Parts: sequence; structure tokens; C-alpha cells
Amino acid sequence: MSNSPVTNIVIGGLGGQGVLKASDILADAAVRAGYDVKKSELHGMSQRGGSVSSDVRFGDAVLSPMVPTGEADFLVILSSDQVEPNRHVLRDDGQLIVPEQIDAEKLANRKSLNVALLGLLSRSLPIPLEHWQASLRANLVEKLHEANLQAFDLGRTASSSKSTAPR
Amino acid sequence: MPDSRLLLSGDEAIALAARHAGVALGAGYPGTPSTEILEAFSEQGGHAQWSPNEKVALEVALGAAFGGARAMATMKHVGLNVAADPLFTAAYTGVTGALIVVSADDPGLASSQNEQDNRHFAVAAGVPMLEPSDSQEAYEFLFTAVELSERWQIPVLYRITTRVCHSKTLVTPRANVPPPPPTNFQRDVRSRVMIPAYARPAHHRLRKKLAEIAAWNETSPLNRVAGGNGPLGIITSGISFMHAREAAPDARVLKLGLTHPLPFGQIEQFVRSVERCVVIEEGDPYLAQAIRAHGLAVESKPEMYRFGELNVTRVRRILAADTSPEPTPQPGKPPQLCEGCAHRAVFDTLHKLDCIVAGDIGCYTLGVLPPFNAMDSCVCMGASLGVGLGLRHILPPDQARRVVSVIGDSTFVHSGITGLVEMVYNPPPTGHVLIILDNGTTAMTGHQEHPGTGRTLEHQATGKVVFEDLARAVGVKRVYVVEPRPGSPELENLLAESLATNALTLIVTRRPCILVAKQIREYEKCAVACAPSES
Repeated sequence: MSNSPVTNIVIGGLGGQGVLKASDILADAAVRAGYDVKKSELHGMSQRGGSVSSDVRFGDAVLSPMVPTGEADFLVILSSDQVEPNRHVLRDDGQLIVPEQIDAEKLANRKSLNVALLGLLSRSLPIPLEHWQASLRANLVEKLHEANLQAFDLGRTASSSKSTAPR
Repeated sequence: MPDSRLLLSGDEAIALAARHAGVALGAGYPGTPSTEILEAFSEQGGHAQWSPNEKVALEVALGAAFGGARAMATMKHVGLNVAADPLFTAAYTGVTGALIVVSADDPGLASSQNEQDNRHFAVAAGVPMLEPSDSQEAYEFLFTAVELSERWQIPVLYRITTRVCHSKTLVTPRANVPPPPPTNFQRDVRSRVMIPAYARPAHHRLRKKLAEIAAWNETSPLNRVAGGNGPLGIITSGISFMHAREAAPDARVLKLGLTHPLPFGQIEQFVRSVERCVVIEEGDPYLAQAIRAHGLAVESKPEMYRFGELNVTRVRRILAADTSPEPTPQPGKPPQLCEGCAHRAVFDTLHKLDCIVAGDIGCYTLGVLPPFNAMDSCVCMGASLGVGLGLRHILPPDQARRVVSVIGDSTFVHSGITGLVEMVYNPPPTGHVLIILDNGTTAMTGHQEHPGTGRTLEHQATGKVVFEDLARAVGVKRVYVVEPRPGSPELENLLAESLATNALTLIVTRRPCILVAKQIREYEKCAVACAPSES
């Protein structure tokens, strides 16, 4: 098997925020771009408002479905209080993406924060825009397409004024 | 060439394979991490049904397999405890079609009450066991399970774990799978009626089948050597294979797919081909103990890695024989009863009246946490009845009168009905109070239907078990239905009054789960509109 680099992303938040949906959209976009992809998370208690996180890994060949501690290239957080419980997954020079980087006032639907953060993430990933858009359409019901395509665009074009380096 | 790859969870891959392999019936009881198998099987057009519990599910599947069909029963690890009775003797009877028993284990207890390792069941019952490592194998091994089951006329234990069930990985499905043979009842009394005279030879037949399967397994493609040329050797199976390959890319790895009966010849050859051989496995040292008992020197993981899931980091530590304490990340936010959940008012009342609460398995087990602090035991499905009655029998009367059994609607159907009968048959001197928390769904596992909802797995109207009618029918005189509302004294007054009597009382607290109340109303509307007229 190939030892070429694998891109590791962890998405964290609270039950009901769309963590798993976001990781589904990301994983699907990576499949469409032709990569080997694995995605892992725990179900069960997540709907009761507790912490939820999901790992997505893609590259030429991915082995374990779980991102090893300290090896995430990106940590995408949907709820600020979930930064600390997840920080240990991020590599020293990894990129932290947090809700404060999105102007929530500009979201057509506040529930689309997860997709807006994917838009921000997408700027750093080698996945063409068309695959992101196709994945969004495939993973969301039609009535949500417009709001989420807007949210994705908002994240993708947001100014990077706020620090994204791990503190 | 179009991309034929599908990104599927292990559960979805099993469902798709079951469809493609011609599985005619899938039965089960919802349980994380197995639930999505039957849901996906149903979505793909398969005949899937929720049974009251795993024992019934396995018996239904066994009947289908007696009739010559390919059948599947799905459950979480603890479900196989409930279904152990039919499993052990089904190994004797064998099957005519195929019987696949899917056990989804939960190392690390993501959503379970224990982390039992069901590989021991394969040995104890005497059935072959398959362990896939990702969704592609979950798909392929299901075909293998059908082939093995039909060739040796034996149930197959299909053992998966949380990270195989819930990880999504790519699957390339097979094209053009031939349809299964037609079903047809063939009488075979000596194989299927397990009176002692017929069961004794059946046990011999079982052991002969296992010996044949062990011989077949020595050269089967289910076990393979991967990775480099050593000198480090790793023997592994299931998800641990993926972690091990990543943790030690240069190691020579024997990956076992059929882990009971084990291919000891192949294992021996492998152990001799490397300088150092480490067994990497989650949970109990099942493989390591079996291989050592066979007289082969392999390293097992240090005891601390019996607990919890493995991952790449932990496998690296095992290979380095590192037993230093592991860093504990800051804990996340624990789950809690939802805002607006009807159970909240019930646990507020139980707390206020200082009840001794024999609890059960479901969302409502969260009633143990602050601010409610209103649960004193939770053991297994249905235990609230028996445990509550046991406490009532032996505690001094002033304490016995505070004991209440609390159980959810789906859990009551699963394993509470026999406890209800026990309550009527062996009533404690102080009586007893049973509360059924009826939120109209199996909420914990993602809102599945059950016999108390009167709707099938596919949300179609069907026969409905009415708890209050059932309780009256078995002889409970005091039966009440209350809508739990915050601030309403109704439940508190009724509960206080019931605890003061020496009678048996059932209180059904009924209000739909707020997460699906709207959906339930729509199903109900449709059930009225779509119901066939009575004839």
C-alpha cells in the first residue's frame, strides 16, 4: 500500500449542530475528487446534546478510519466550547477553524454554520469547487440547497482576519 | 469509466450485501451500533422487521433458514446474550438455507452498558465467526457467510465492532449476483427436534462440521499476509488490522478473517517466519490466549489495553510495550435528557419523593445524572422489574415502599413483560409500582418503531400492544395513564398514593418524544388514511 500523505480532518461540535452532516458532505466531496476516503464517528448518545466529533481522512490509500492523536491537519469546530476537548487531535502546525470566523449575521439560515465552516475549510483542500457543490446537493434535501450553497460561499470567501493558528 | 465506488458505513455495506446475496428476511432489535443494518436493508427493498427482542429475532431468522431461505438476525453485543438460547441449539440443529447472526460489539462503550467481547460466543456455541475490517470486507464477507452457512448447514456469527459499523469506507459492489434457490419445506425431524436422543448425535455432527471448517480455513482466502518482511510480525483481525498496518507499516501482518475455528497451521507457520510476534486485538485477549494455548509463543497486549477501543496511537504503544499512563483529553459535554423531554417531569417527581429507583436501558437512564439524581440501578434490558421486586421483598417496609421500577416503552416490550408477570405472581408484601415511560418510540437508538407503537419498521400500521390492556389482562388492578407535564401535581399525587398502598400499580407516563412528535403525528394520520378496511 502507498505511504503517500493522508489529509486528516476532525469536525467537532454538539449534538444537533450538523457535525455528522458536515463530515458526510466533506467525505462525499473527497470521493468525487477520486480519493480513497474513510470517515468515522460514534453514534448513539450524540442526539442528546453531548459532544460529537467526526474524523475524515483522504488520500491515495487510507488505513485506520480514525485520525491518530496529534495528527489532524485541520480541526473544524462548530461550538466554541468544544475547542479544548478536541485540541489534542490537532498537529502542532495544524489549522483550527472556529465559528467566530464566520459572520453569522450573513447566514441565510443559522443552521448552515456547519456548511459555512466547510466553505472556509475548502480553501485549503485540493478538492475542486464543483465536487463540493455536487456533494452539497446530494447530501441535503432540495429546499435547503440555496441556503447551504450561500453558506458555503460565505465561508469560502470570508476574510481570514481572525487568527486560525492554534493557541 | 464511471466511478462505481460507494462510500458506505459497515452497516450499510452489510445491508447492501444481504440484498445482493438474496437474504430473504432480516430480523433484529435496534441497538447501537447495529441499528442501521436493518434500516438500510429495508430502504434497499429487503424484507426487514423489528422483533420485540433479539431472541425472537433470531428464532424468526432460524425458522426462515429451516425453510431454506437465506436469513439474517442483527443485534448489538448484549442482544446476543438475550438470543444466546436459540443460538446455542441452532448450532446443533443446523440450517437448510443460510443463517447469519450479526453481533455488533461496542468496545469502549460508546453507547452500551458493558464492553463484552462476543468472540467468546463463537467458541461457546460452536459456530464459525467472520470479522471484517472495513466496509468492502463487510460487503464481501456477507457473501462468504452465506456460502459457509449453506455449505456446512450451520449458523455463522458475523462479528463487527463500532468502528466497522459506523466508519464509512469505499465499497465496490459485485455485479450480477445469481438469485438464491427457491424456498421449500423439507421435513427433517432428527435435525430440528432437539430431544436428547436426537441432540446427542447433533452435537457430534456440529463438532465434525467445525473440524471440516477449520481444515478449510487453513487455505481460505479469508486469512492473508500483508505488509513488509518483518522482523516484527503482527497477528490481528477486524478493525485492529487497519490500526496495526498504519502503526507499523514495515511489520509482516497475518490478518485473520475467519477467527473461529482458527487456522492454527497457518498461524504456526507465520509465527515461525518472524522474529517477534505480537497479537493486536481489541477487547479480551481472545486470539492471544487461543494461540498460546496451541503452544505458540506470541506477545499479548498489556492488560491496560483490554479496556476501550484501540487506535493507531494505542497500537504504537502496545508494540513499544509502553505501559505508562495514557494522556486523558479534556472530557467533552456529556449527553443529557433533552430540553422539553417528557421524562424530565417524571424524574423530578421521583427525586422529590425520594424514591429508590430500579432503572432500565434507554435515554431515560440519563435520569441518574444531576439535576435528577433519580436512578439507583441500571443493569440490562428489563432488569428494572426484577431488581425492583427483589428490593421490595427484602427491604424493611419503610424503605420497600419507596421502591419504583422505571422502564421505557420499547424496553418494556423487549424484556419487561415477563417481569410484569413476576410482579403479579410473586407480589411483595408492600406491593409495587411500575412506571412505563411511554414516549412512543425507541428513542435512544434513533427512533425505531416497536410493537407498542403499532407500526412496522417501515412505519406502516400493524398490530399494536397496549400496555395498560396487557397489565390488566395479567392481573394488575391499579392501572393509570398520565401525561407528564412540568409543574402538574397529577403524577406526584398518584405516585405518592400508589406508594402508600400495598397494591400493585402500573403508571404509564405517556407523551411522545419531542424529537419525533411531529413525525409520529404524521405516521398516525397516514395510518388512519391508509389502513385497509376491516374484513
